[in-house]
Amino acid sequence: MVPLSWYITVSAALFSLGLFGMMTRRNAIALLMSIELMLNAANINLVAFSSYLRGPALTGQIFALFVITLAAAEAAVGIAIVINVYRAVRHINADDVNLMKW
Amino acid sequence: MSSWILTLITFIPLAGALLLMFIPKERPNTIKWFAIVVSFVPLVLSVIMWLNYKTGAAQFPHGIQFEVNLPWISQLGVNYRMGVDGVSVPMIFLTTLLVPICLIYSLIIETRPKEYFWLFLVLETGMLGTFSALDFFLFYVFWELTLVPMYFLIGIWGGPRREYAAIKFFLYTLVGSVAMLLAILALYFATPAPHTFDMMAMAKAGMDGRFTTLGASLVFWALFLGFAVKVPVWPFHTWLPDAHVEAPTAGSVILAGVLLKMGTYGFLRIILPIMPESSQRFWMPLAILALISIIYGALVAMAQKDLKKLIAYSSVNHMGYTMLGIAAAVAPGVLLNDRATALNGAQMQMFAHGIITGALFLLVGVVYERAHTRDLDSFGGLGARVPVFAGLFTLACFASLGLPGMAGFIGEFFVFRGAFPASILITALATIGIVVTAAYLLWTVQRVLLGPLNPKYEKMPDIDVREKLCVAPLIFFMLLFGIWPKLLLDILNTASLAIGAMFK
Amino acid sequence: MHLAWLIPILPLAAFLVIIFFGQNLKERSPYVGIAAIAGSFLVSCYAAVTWLAGHGKTGDFICNWAPYGSDMIRVGFSVDALTIMMLFVVTVVSMMVQIFSVGYMHGDKRFPRFFAYLSLFTCAMLSLVIANTLLLMYVSWELVGLTSYLLIGFWFEKPEAMRAAKKAFLVTRVGDVGFFLGLLLLYANVGSLELSKIFEHHTLIAMAAKEVSIPAIGAIAAIILGIFSYGFAAAALKGAKRLPIAIIAGVAVFAIVFALMHSLSVSLSIAAIAALLLFWGAMGKSAQFPLHVWLPDAMEGPTPVSALIHAATMVAAGVYLVARMYPVFHIDQRALMVVAAIGAFTALFAATMGLVMNDIKKVLAYSTISQLGYMMMALGVGGYTAGMFHLMTHAYFKANLFLGSGSVIHGTGTQDMRQMGGLRKKMPWTFLTFAIGTLALAGFPGFAGFFSKDEILLTAYHWEYGKIIFYAGLAGAFMTAFYMTRLVAMTFLGKPRDPSIHAHESWKVMLIPLFILAFLSIAAGYIGIPGHSIFGHYINPEVIGIEGMVEHHFSLVVMLLGTLAGIVGIGIASLIWIWPVLKFDWLKPSFGWVQTIVENKYYMDEINDIVVIKPLMFVNNAMYAFDRWVIDYAIVNGVGWFTLILSRFWSVFDKYVVDGLVNLVAETSKIGGRVLKFTQTGIVQQYAAITVICVILLSWYFLILR
Repeated sequence: MVPLSWYITVSAALFSLGLFGMMTRRNAIALLMSIELMLNAANINLVAFSSYLRGPALTGQIFALFVITLAAAEAAVGIAIVINVYRAVRHINADDVNLMKW
Repeated sequence: MSSWILTLITFIPLAGALLLMFIPKERPNTIKWFAIVVSFVPLVLSVIMWLNYKTGAAQFPHGIQFEVNLPWISQLGVNYRMGVDGVSVPMIFLTTLLVPICLIYSLIIETRPKEYFWLFLVLETGMLGTFSALDFFLFYVFWELTLVPMYFLIGIWGGPRREYAAIKFFLYTLVGSVAMLLAILALYFATPAPHTFDMMAMAKAGMDGRFTTLGASLVFWALFLGFAVKVPVWPFHTWLPDAHVEAPTAGSVILAGVLLKMGTYGFLRIILPIMPESSQRFWMPLAILALISIIYGALVAMAQKDLKKLIAYSSVNHMGYTMLGIAAAVAPGVLLNDRATALNGAQMQMFAHGIITGALFLLVGVVYERAHTRDLDSFGGLGARVPVFAGLFTLACFASLGLPGMAGFIGEFFVFRGAFPASILITALATIGIVVTAAYLLWTVQRVLLGPLNPKYEKMPDIDVREKLCVAPLIFFMLLFGIWPKLLLDILNTASLAIGAMFK
Repeated sequence: MHLAWLIPILPLAAFLVIIFFGQNLKERSPYVGIAAIAGSFLVSCYAAVTWLAGHGKTGDFICNWAPYGSDMIRVGFSVDALTIMMLFVVTVVSMMVQIFSVGYMHGDKRFPRFFAYLSLFTCAMLSLVIANTLLLMYVSWELVGLTSYLLIGFWFEKPEAMRAAKKAFLVTRVGDVGFFLGLLLLYANVGSLELSKIFEHHTLIAMAAKEVSIPAIGAIAAIILGIFSYGFAAAALKGAKRLPIAIIAGVAVFAIVFALMHSLSVSLSIAAIAALLLFWGAMGKSAQFPLHVWLPDAMEGPTPVSALIHAATMVAAGVYLVARMYPVFHIDQRALMVVAAIGAFTALFAATMGLVMNDIKKVLAYSTISQLGYMMMALGVGGYTAGMFHLMTHAYFKANLFLGSGSVIHGTGTQDMRQMGGLRKKMPWTFLTFAIGTLALAGFPGFAGFFSKDEILLTAYHWEYGKIIFYAGLAGAFMTAFYMTRLVAMTFLGKPRDPSIHAHESWKVMLIPLFILAFLSIAAGYIGIPGHSIFGHYINPEVIGIEGMVEHHFSLVVMLLGTLAGIVGIGIASLIWIWPVLKFDWLKPSFGWVQTIVENKYYMDEINDIVVIKPLMFVNNAMYAFDRWVIDYAIVNGVGWFTLILSRFWSVFDKYVVDGLVNLVAETSKIGGRVLKFTQTGIVQQYAAITVICVILLSWYFLILR
């Protein structure tokens, strides 16, 4: 049986990847993908902790399902915004979308 | 069904107003006809309600029928309590009758029809709610609700001095309302704990003699102010001529036909049952104010040159009869039958004045549409040119001066009959009003219709179908209740007996 | 006998039919009206027959009309002898007038409407006479007034007509207030308005026993007389000093009367007060002094209207009211004395004006007032039967005279008698019927007026309070004969005075009613022959429950005196106008001022104007000014302005103090915001970095430091 720490390690690595991506990329699609990575890292944690620490109760798994749904919704809304932004300014560089800034 | 009919009657116009908002304003005819159709629903329902109302002797709280009582804001003791008795059923009928007539008459409105019809429907809900609320809080909400649409109706669609008149109307009535609000709160805290705004509970407390202190007199006069402004009783009447002169025709009809009745309705529904001792103590001042309203209103009406203003002052005069009936009904040491007679007269006068003055204002509107003036001296001889209009106008004037065979006479007769045992002197003095009323109305008929035709109006067209349609039902009811008053008095008498029985 | 309700309903139906379908009926409208009135006449006959067959007992038609309290006002119809007499008078005269109008009104642009109004009038009048409650009587009474208003003002394009109509309605309305108050007083004391309840013996006794003293009657009388004298002087005098003299006269009369009567207080029984209030109403309708002023003006209406309404029926309604309420009047004799006094005064007063008028209809109008006074006088002296008898005969012969004058006006196109003359040859049939009517009115033996007038004089002769009324009656009879002879002489006899008038005899449709009425002007008298009076058998005080009135037996002296008065009147007038032996002008030097006063109708209209209308208009305008400037402008708007000034002050305070504080808060936030906005770069990565740094710091704090 794989010990719990392995899962956590994978999850931490995944999260760090996502965080790094988010900090460094300027492309809005890439940003969305990075966020997706971080959410999935959290999912791994949830499932792992649930099955190791809570036994047969499926709390973590269900929570993970919610997160997946939310991620899908977020992606949908996010990509819709991105497409609209692209239509308006012909690029999706997040730093340069500053029309509404003070 | 039967207990919800009142709620339906009251809120169908509001629902109609909400739906009206979805009709684009580029389609004025759809808007107008939609509003008219909506306004006929409460009319049908109120007729059904009248036919199902069981008349007969009743003690005060038990005369209430079609009652709904649900908690609304229970922390404050506010209930959604609606119900009708013999006082309110005819008033609701009057309102639901006048509103479709006004809307049909208003088909000619060109400016901003959507807002106009929307406001009218909201106004109808306010008026109907006032006549059916049995909770003082609810009553106040509806009471104030009538103020806003009327303000805009005068202020937007009115005559040249419309802003002045609208603001005056609003502020004057608001002063009364504020006094009434204070009185309501005072009464609220005087009810036995847990406090309640329920009128029936207040009336019961009133009968138990809970409101007899000096404070009670103050509360009485505060309530009096609230209602007297609306009636209007001399000397709180000066907003009325201005508002009437400036208001559009339909607005004048509703103002005179229904809004003034809310004042006297307040006396019958609230002041008399809740504060019987104070009413009895102050019956004489009330009667004297009524007497002044009668004679003063008639005399001042005679001095008018503007047709609408004349009818406005005649309203002061006629509502004075109602007030005289109310005052006489609470005089000490009078038989129950005399009290009931006076109250019958007051209520009959309310109804009669509603339809008669409504018809008069409509007819003034008709002549104003054609002549573009209301100056009495500029008319003359129209009778030969527009015979149908002349006939209807003469009929309405004679109804207004209390000719037997018309509803106005029944009201006056019962008021005088009821007031006679209370005070012979006041009754005898009030009969001066009868003569002066006849004088100014005949003089009006003469100046408008009789004599040689003013050449300016040689081509004036006679009253058309739409206008006839508006006036005809009013004339019909004038004659119906004048010839066969029992139809109306049966239901009024139920209420009068119940209210009269509260006084010793 | 429940058919009685049909009697007024038939003309009402005719009214509705004509008013709604008059445009289609046009020339056929009269047939509807005449058919309806003929129907009413037949139903009246049927009612009379059933009444006779039932020996005076007939069922009443009664229905619930309006509830009040635990009781109910009932209205209904019932038939008795008095009613039947009135029904015949009204239906017959109305039918004759409608037939006459077919010719008289021919070609009028509102022809159908005329018959509609006549039908409505007939309806109201019929329901007035068969009503069995005072309330229904009052209702009909007012409706009669309405139709009178409509008919006087029928030619409303004429300013005189419209003014006369308004005047008629208003003056009678002043009377109606009295009726109304009397009705209320009776209601309060009896508890019902049904005549049978009012006439219950114990009720009447109770009302007669309750005395009420009326304070300050002398002062009130002084004020009224003072104002009246002022008005009379102001109207009669001319010149610059008119008003001061008038004021002095008014004050002087007031002072004298006040000095004489200030301590006078009158105490009357409730019954007498109620009766006098009702009589006040009757005075309005029956044009008794001082409420007579409307009747001469009402002659502006079409002549058939004058015949029907202002001669035969409506004006007799006041007399009928007194007769109908006779038990109430009779229970307290003081009320009847007032009736007698006012009746006698009116009879003489109006007759004097009849002497000098030149308008044919005006003479007849004053004659009508005078005769109505005669009837009131008869009732006042206890001649219940006599008064009613005279009402009936007068209705027939006065309608005859008025329709005759209508025929004359129709034939000549003028009303001024000075332009007429010699019409006897051109209008022979009109002359014949007119002469019959004149002889009847003058009380010439054998004609209807002779019998009724004789009976009135007989009762007046036996009046227990003196002979003065009798002498007034004789004087009235003399003057009546005098002015009627003058009228006939100026109109029909002599030579035509105005060559531009081409008179012609009227059509048959107008002559037939004249013949019928002329026949009745003779025949109606013979049902009341002294000693064998059928009329008196059915209509007498005992029938209505008044006991103990003496029936006066025929007296030759009274009859001779009465006849003599009439014949002397005719004779003197003939000597002036037919065979000019005497000259009216001889009186002028010494009595010219009397003539001036009488010709100006005793200045009654001017007094009315000075004393009532002008002050009323002044009060109206003053009240309106008060309303506008004091109540509205000073108080209501004053409160508004005061509030405005107050608001100005507070607005300054508000702007710099209250709002200053508010703005201070706002400024502070604004500065803070300006500083803090620099942290908000809009670069997501920076936010994320800050988040990560914070998480690391927090983790460090919670995991390591703690």
